[in-house]
Amino acid sequence: MSQTSTYVPEKPLVEGNHTFGSLTALIGDITEKPAPTWWYIAFGISNLLLGLLLTMIGYLIWEGTGVWGITNPVGWGWAIINFVWWVGIGHAGTLISAILFLFRQGWRTAINRFAEAMTIFAVICALIFPGIHVGRIWLAYWMFPFPNGMQMWPNFNSPLLWDVFAVGTYFTVSLLFWYVGLVPDFATLRDRVKSSIGAKVYGFFALGWTGGNRQWQHYEKAYLLLAGLATPLVLSVHTIVSFDFAVSIIPGWHTTIFPPYFVAGAIFSGFAMVMTLMLLARKLYGLEDIMTINHIEKMNLIILVTGNMVGFAYIMEFFIAWYSGVTYEKAAFINRAMGPYAWAYWTMFLCNVISPQFFWSKKMRTSIVASFILSIVVNIGMWFERFVITVTSLAQDFLPSSWGYYSPTWVDILTYLGTFGLFFTFFLLFLRFLPMVSMAEIKMVMPQADPHYNESKGGHA
Amino acid sequence: MKSPMKSDSVYGILAEFNGTGGLLNAAKLVSKAGYTKWDTYSPFPIHGMDDAMNLKPSILGRIVFAHGILGFLLGAGLTIWTSSIAYAHNISGKPFANIPSYVPVTFELTILLSAFGAVFGMFFLNNMPKHHNKLFNSERFKRATDDGFFIVIETDDDLYNESKTADLLRQAGAIHIEPISA
Repeated sequence: MSQTSTYVPEKPLVEGNHTFGSLTALIGDITEKPAPTWWYIAFGISNLLLGLLLTMIGYLIWEGTGVWGITNPVGWGWAIINFVWWVGIGHAGTLISAILFLFRQGWRTAINRFAEAMTIFAVICALIFPGIHVGRIWLAYWMFPFPNGMQMWPNFNSPLLWDVFAVGTYFTVSLLFWYVGLVPDFATLRDRVKSSIGAKVYGFFALGWTGGNRQWQHYEKAYLLLAGLATPLVLSVHTIVSFDFAVSIIPGWHTTIFPPYFVAGAIFSGFAMVMTLMLLARKLYGLEDIMTINHIEKMNLIILVTGNMVGFAYIMEFFIAWYSGVTYEKAAFINRAMGPYAWAYWTMFLCNVISPQFFWSKKMRTSIVASFILSIVVNIGMWFERFVITVTSLAQDFLPSSWGYYSPTWVDILTYLGTFGLFFTFFLLFLRFLPMVSMAEIKMVMPQADPHYNESKGGHA
Repeated sequence: MKSPMKSDSVYGILAEFNGTGGLLNAAKLVSKAGYTKWDTYSPFPIHGMDDAMNLKPSILGRIVFAHGILGFLLGAGLTIWTSSIAYAHNISGKPFANIPSYVPVTFELTILLSAFGAVFGMFFLNNMPKHHNKLFNSERFKRATDDGFFIVIETDDDLYNESKTADLLRQAGAIHIEPISA
């Protein structure tokens, strides 16, 4: 896992003259210092929004799903859009922690902890929506296969049930992966914090970690295996989410391009979200030495690549609709671009395909302001992508006599706003109480971590 | 079995080294000297340390493979048994054992159980959770999770000898040596 940056002239991953000890202090002491004022303000706002979410869910359960804008012919509205959007955001965390690990990308160590936390909280936000969409929420447990008095079992032919397994597994594995990464850092905090209660709590979660090489040996193996398992998992999750659409027979949904297209879009939006959060955190917590411009540039390159993959998919969908010769398919896509939802389609196209093109310029992709603005634009675009896919195909399917126009209600909008409260409540607690950068992993990519560091400089070993 | 010359009140001898290179070289010497009840402690894993300590490869891979097989059988069994035996229903004229439809659930359960095997298997092999450890009696050892590089040789080791072991560690380049109380 360590990097030999003495042989390959690469930009240093940690800037400034840091030692192992100063990095521990830089990251670990954030949890010990009193929280800054902005933290309390942000936490207060997040709590209010969380309260709003719980109120909206309560109102929905009390009144029924009729309080949402869904009706015939559009039976899937904002709830499914938000579900897919939040799950997609989560994917960047697993990409950074697993796929970039397998590719030995040392720069991931600055952002992996952070992005994994984002994954977990985003998946929690996502899981709320199918849960409350079932109508009779007190029967939501019917989604799970368990022996029961009715002698009934779920229908394993249904993509919605595949989703239960895919997203459930994804959440569990992401949580385990995150926790395994945290164990050595919990031990660092256990040995570091001054309050005895803090040391006990961190010590409890550190599980008695000593940092012995006999432990590291199994630990590294477990980490590698988890990365190897999480890689096909993350690709499968959004594939299965896309099956919710692709396995149906609605024009515009029943396409084989959906799985790769959804996965690329998920990584695209997830990286944008990591970028938004990272730019704020590095500034507010003074972590510029760890999350450098070099990191920002690399992430922007991934946003550019995945943005172009998404753009390719948009154009290919049109080509295949024409090439298939299926009237309904052609009509579905002409309606998307020129029908009643054209405003949504072109918003999506502008945000997801045009806006990332700015990152061809090195000046733009190393600019903090441009990165911040475009990262938000991309996530707006990706929300619209899910809106366009879900709503346009349902609003105008086969029979013009049953066409309709979908609009959300105030409950839809406030529920979505409320999920930001849930997300940021968790995220702010994470920033406050856990090390937001993996201390053990960031030390590994420093040149001093290489046992031959002193020899290559001509010094004693 | 403890020989009489070893003091019961000492758990082991702690030696601090200078950086990863110093620890790696010292580990080679200690392992060459034939000690078995010892370990190196560092804030992050060090490349090449497993070989320097002469450790056998981790068996975690086999544990994970076994769990993966179990997860696969569980997933395939659950889907096929429920849909074709326990609750056989004709759904859109599809076969009862509609294997392609069962791939996602079987795949996810394979991954889920493999991940359980990787995480809990690692905890098991590492003797975790073990909140009380005699190593924590040393105040200096706290730096093992920050920026300290240590070797601890236990007094239970057959080759342990109060002066000779300390000499070996000193020759290996230790910058500080102290006993850890039991």
